[in-house]
Amino acid sequence: MTTTSTPGQQAPVIPPSSFDADEGGWFGDFGGRFMPEALVAALDELTEAWQDAMADPTFIHDFETICRDYGGMPSSLYEARRLSDKVGARILLKREDLNHTGAHKIRNVLGQALLTRRMGKQRVIAETGAGQHGVASATAAAYFGLDCTVYMGAVDVKRQALNVARMHLLGAKVVPVDSGSATLKDAINEAMRDWVASVDHTAYLFGTAAGPHPFPSMVRDFARGIGDEARAQCLERYGRLPDAIAACVGGGSNAIGLFQAFLDDEDVAIYGFEPGGDGIETGRHAATIHQGDSGVLHGARTYVLQDEDGQTIESHSISAGLDYPGVGPQHAHLAKVGRATYLPITDAEAMDAMALLSRTEGIIPAIESAHAIAGALRVAEQLGAEKGPDATVLINLSGRGDKDMETAMEWFDL
Amino acid sequence: MSTAATTLTTSTAFEKTRAEGRAALIGYLPAGFPDVPGGIDALRCLVDSGCDIIEVGLPYSDPVMDGPTIQLAAQRALEGGVRTADVLRTVEAVAATGTPTVVMTYWNPVEHYGGRGGHAQSVTRFAADLAGAGGAGLITPDLTPDSAPEWIAAADEHGLDKIFLVAPSSTESRVAMTTAACRGFVYATAVMGVTGARTTTSDLAGPLVARTKATTDLPVCVGLGVSNGDQAAEVASYADGVIVGSAFVRALLDNDDRAAGLRALAALTEDLAVGCRRG
Repeated sequence: MTTTSTPGQQAPVIPPSSFDADEGGWFGDFGGRFMPEALVAALDELTEAWQDAMADPTFIHDFETICRDYGGMPSSLYEARRLSDKVGARILLKREDLNHTGAHKIRNVLGQALLTRRMGKQRVIAETGAGQHGVASATAAAYFGLDCTVYMGAVDVKRQALNVARMHLLGAKVVPVDSGSATLKDAINEAMRDWVASVDHTAYLFGTAAGPHPFPSMVRDFARGIGDEARAQCLERYGRLPDAIAACVGGGSNAIGLFQAFLDDEDVAIYGFEPGGDGIETGRHAATIHQGDSGVLHGARTYVLQDEDGQTIESHSISAGLDYPGVGPQHAHLAKVGRATYLPITDAEAMDAMALLSRTEGIIPAIESAHAIAGALRVAEQLGAEKGPDATVLINLSGRGDKDMETAMEWFDL
Repeated sequence: MSTAATTLTTSTAFEKTRAEGRAALIGYLPAGFPDVPGGIDALRCLVDSGCDIIEVGLPYSDPVMDGPTIQLAAQRALEGGVRTADVLRTVEAVAATGTPTVVMTYWNPVEHYGGRGGHAQSVTRFAADLAGAGGAGLITPDLTPDSAPEWIAAADEHGLDKIFLVAPSSTESRVAMTTAACRGFVYATAVMGVTGARTTTSDLAGPLVARTKATTDLPVCVGLGVSNGDQAAEVASYADGVIVGSAFVRALLDNDDRAAGLRALAALTEDLAVGCRRG
């Protein structure tokens, strides 16, 4: 790390949107902070450090420099011509799959790890489902020389041996979690238990724009480069904004990272595509917003998959990165006020889109991102029919599909 | 106040223990473990063996403040099909003994009581039904007063105790804000960590109790980690109450035979109760 800010450099302004949280972390009816008192002091400290960092040109400059030199950003905006011809509208792909570690997630962990170092903490913990956020966290920890422990459901540790090996190679400790359903939500619970006992020297690198204040806003601020870059790239190349933008939504960090820059562009339609699993009617899905039942999970009021008594229901998706029974509170707010539209995409629709993008453009997307492709192509066909081939849909290609090849082999019988 | 005239608040228990010059023993077990009737038997055993106040745990799918022992019991209770209505039934059965009975619960089951609908409406309904069952109030481990306007309003309406937590990491202003919002007693978490029996008591507890008492006349009770009479005596020397949970759960988990479990529970309670008198 040799970056320093240029003296006299103008303070970068992070423009607010009309859909940001208030001081208490409330996005309208959603968000807030439902947490044990023991962690409130740490969350207050983190809030202050994050706000302070966001107003500090040196921090912003360091973050941008690391993202550029180490992370390979800004990611390109690619016009998918063959796909565009197929649907009759212009399809733009924001190539987050080309970032270091193969997904948008590196932005968030580099931001949080840089903040951790600024706060003088030496240890980071993280939760992970399929292992992508765990690998990203282990990567950032190695980069900054921080001690790293990753909590991962025991079921996932078995299913994702390759990612476990990657984390080990990167120097992280992986702790299998046996409690509850032994998946992502339980890994979050266990990471929080660690944090209660270690908060004086440990930072929790939360993997998505959910959880208690300030995580939904802070993670969004670190991921928002996706949309800031894409908006500028689109304007520069086409002299106009897209008609619609689209992303997949599990916890929702890649989606909010794309959406934030466009929220006040009233003419840009915003779509989030949720994991519909086997189909909404089967009950085996993770389409939290579509289900529309609000509650408190992992520290925030948001939409939650839950039974009549408020017990969390296990979610289902072919995509491990979207398999979460809650969703970031800003998405809940955007859905409720109607600024963004959230629709479910089934496993089968996503896998079809995975194959389509692979064969049409030579890009194998993550199954997560394939949900966005599937939904956005439908939107594009409609827009193309209404407005002609200049109609433009910008899709966040949040990650690459290498990690999903075993699932693909099984699904397509390869 | 609707049914509060018949409700036993925790203050009645502290009047008694203060008159006797000792700390109160507060016992926790989750409802529905090993099953609903078995849970009621175990909680009544705590009453019969010397607990002054009972905490009935509401088993929840995502208990972030609990260590492995209570997690396991809660998970078994949920696998056994326990419902929120069963928790209230348990409260009713225990409160009928005349011992003040509170519920300890994570927030979402309260906010979602009675299924879909407005959360404020659910909270009001829960408070009414808890009071109706003879419950004395709620301990809310993941709800702080600044996030609790609905609960504070509902508790006030039904005369229920609002027991919030203070922690070693709480700032002075948060301790003051929290105790000002409490009714009944204040729950001081002795360690920075989750629930579970520990071999040594925490050196963070004493200073926290002193800081808390500087802001309130309410009884201050200490939880997290106490598992035997000697530890209870130590905590009783500076706190108004000793809260024990995981050690009771462990006594039940370690005994497959229910009668043996109840005997172990009774012996442990008696040891702890003696400790509370020594402190």
